[in-house]
Amino acid sequence: MSDVKNILLVGVGGQGTILASEILSMGLMEAGYDVKMSEIHGMSQRGGNVSTQIRFGKKVNAPILGKGEADLVVAFEKMEALRWIEYIKPDGKMVINDYEIPSVPIQMGLVPYPEGILEELGQKVKTYVFKAFEIAEKIGNPKTMNIVLLGALVKAMNLPNIDWEGVIRKVVKPAFVGINLEAFRLGQEQV
Amino acid sequence: MKQLMTGNQAIARGAYEAGMLFASGYPGTPSTEILENLVQYKDSLYCEWAPNEKVALEAALGASIAGVRSLSTMKHVGVNVAADPLFTAVYTGVNGGCVLVSADDPGMHSSQNEQDNRNYATASRILVLEPSDSQEAKDYTKLAFELSEKFDTPVMLRVTTRICHSKSIVELAERTEKAPIKYVKNITKYVATPANGKVMRKNLEDRIKAMTVYSNTSGINQTEYNGGEIGVISAGVAYQYARDVFGPEASYLKVGMSFPMPMELIREFASRVKKLYVIEEMDPYMENALRIEGIDCIGKAVIPKMDELNPDIIREAVFGTENPTLETEKQAVGRPPVLCAGCPHRAFFHLISKKKNVMITGDIGCYTLGSAPPLSAMDTCICMGASISMAHGAAKAFDLAKEDTKAVAVIGDSTFFHSGVTSLMNVIYNKSNCMSVILDNRITGMTGHQENPGSDYTLMGEKATAVDIPLLCKSLGFKEENVYVFNPLDLTAAQKVIDEAMAKKEPTVIIGRWPCALKKFSPEDKAEFDLSPRKCVIDMEKCKKCGLCAKTGCPAIRSGERISITAEACTGCGLCMQVCPFDAITQEDLK
Repeated sequence: MSDVKNILLVGVGGQGTILASEILSMGLMEAGYDVKMSEIHGMSQRGGNVSTQIRFGKKVNAPILGKGEADLVVAFEKMEALRWIEYIKPDGKMVINDYEIPSVPIQMGLVPYPEGILEELGQKVKTYVFKAFEIAEKIGNPKTMNIVLLGALVKAMNLPNIDWEGVIRKVVKPAFVGINLEAFRLGQEQV
Repeated sequence: MKQLMTGNQAIARGAYEAGMLFASGYPGTPSTEILENLVQYKDSLYCEWAPNEKVALEAALGASIAGVRSLSTMKHVGVNVAADPLFTAVYTGVNGGCVLVSADDPGMHSSQNEQDNRNYATASRILVLEPSDSQEAKDYTKLAFELSEKFDTPVMLRVTTRICHSKSIVELAERTEKAPIKYVKNITKYVATPANGKVMRKNLEDRIKAMTVYSNTSGINQTEYNGGEIGVISAGVAYQYARDVFGPEASYLKVGMSFPMPMELIREFASRVKKLYVIEEMDPYMENALRIEGIDCIGKAVIPKMDELNPDIIREAVFGTENPTLETEKQAVGRPPVLCAGCPHRAFFHLISKKKNVMITGDIGCYTLGSAPPLSAMDTCICMGASISMAHGAAKAFDLAKEDTKAVAVIGDSTFFHSGVTSLMNVIYNKSNCMSVILDNRITGMTGHQENPGSDYTLMGEKATAVDIPLLCKSLGFKEENVYVFNPLDLTAAQKVIDEAMAKKEPTVIIGRWPCALKKFSPEDKAEFDLSPRKCVIDMEKCKKCGLCAKTGCPAIRSGERISITAEACTGCGLCMQVCPFDAITQEDLK
């Protein structure tokens, strides 16, 4: 069996999944892993869902992962966790941001936002659920929600021996380093 | 130095390292970021957005013949537009290396069709390289320039969405400056008259022979022999998928140069394995080449010939095995893309959607989303520029059929510059009474805000002379009174223009002019439009929950038991305020 690990980050355009996955893949590369990352974002700016797939190990071939292959799914939005359930390994884990972004059919009142998502997912797979938005808001910048989730991801994937602080310092603008490091730390506490 | 790069970043880097001097392209997913990344090297090279792909390739060819290494970039359908120069450029050959990037979109993530542009290789006989990750995207780009000069031919670098938009590790190198090759006038080489063309055609066959030797012997096509049971021939990202599916026991022939195909290498490889698979996305391009040579293989008999491949699909097709997966009873609700909150196009579609007896021919851009519910205000979408040509044909047909239906074309500014202008010329020349609507949002929106001939700036960031669309229409022959400019966000004014223009029995052009809500406004935008920040709010005392505001399809408006406006999403465009019959919505200035 290949040693390659698969992580899937899913959310809605504008939630910062891309920055989080950039920090993640840069950290993995600097730690000596082969890394491939794939994202589809063509029409995401217009309210579509976004997904970033990250694969790392000694040698990675395909930049995308198949159904039932994700060791970890990080859902930046609750309904997106539901959408990507097929991709998780049956013994995989899920980090879920307890946060709702209704899509247009829901906003228009055509269909309701599905209820009981967390309960159903919790019965199927190991989940870590928390309100990343509120944590980010509390430390003073709701936009750091993505870094809170990244902190949880790193803990859930058991990747502590990488210089994440160094990578965050490299990627984030100097004025925002402190708050992002705090967000990262609080995220780790959620898992 | 190592860096994680997308395929598009790597192609830009490769062109830079190769000493390329001139690049021209037209934005189109998944190719757009190549030139967007190339511009960071603007101290060493020149790059531009052309009005369309034909112009881009012709410009690159001109630069090549003048003596410098040149690049043109486009999406797969863009190559259709550039096919005319492509086929003959293969005859004339080049001076400085000339590379065409074709970015195909299997699975149509952001395209109107999926087409396999390797078929252009068979048809035009252009040398084709296919990288399978970002390192190769960079290396093959550099190689493409060398091969272009070595074999005196333009070279196609054929990539797909997963190559363009996935990141992998790339080792960077320094730029090697490439001195321009002295231009020497050479009529028999560069003037494709029939007499010269016959000679060029014959020379082309000699060139293909030399390229075939290279394809078989250079190492660009590589055999990895691990055992005689299963052999896999694959190229591009499909090769990476195949490695995951077939594992280290299978033998591989990785095709990096897919025109001319390395048939000798393939014949030898085929003779050493019991079972031979050809794993390729979309068309059976390589498989057909094998079959013509009488080499038996398993290809499209099991591998799907449409949509994107992935390791799952290949595994199931070949071995019949599937990974165990989890299912849920609840289903996620779809997130269809919609026009953004504050999009000036929405206001226009809101008005035109109420018109009866119209056929609305649409075009390629954000505004194609005007076809989505609840607006549903578009009847056709085919290709860049087709809206106006089709409205012309439809208007003529409705006349011939004596049917009282108005043909209305809807096109954006960048698409109009791309290929709407000639269509509009046809409207005026051949006299059809269609109404052409140009939705000028002052930028190329769909692909993420690229400058265009109307946006006042170039890719290099220099100030440009903007095309004056109303003046252009008048110069084509439209009467002064039949060219209208309106603010689409002023519903009363827009309605008046639409009504008046539609009622006319002669050709009209109406230009809705307002910048894209997501655009970084230029000084010119700020001077022309009142763009001060605003929000709309609902007075719940006055709201009768009629839902008319929600029917505009604005994603900032939430309906249900209570109607509300999401403050973070609202841009204060005021459309909802104008459609509210109870004056329950007001616009507030933000400081």
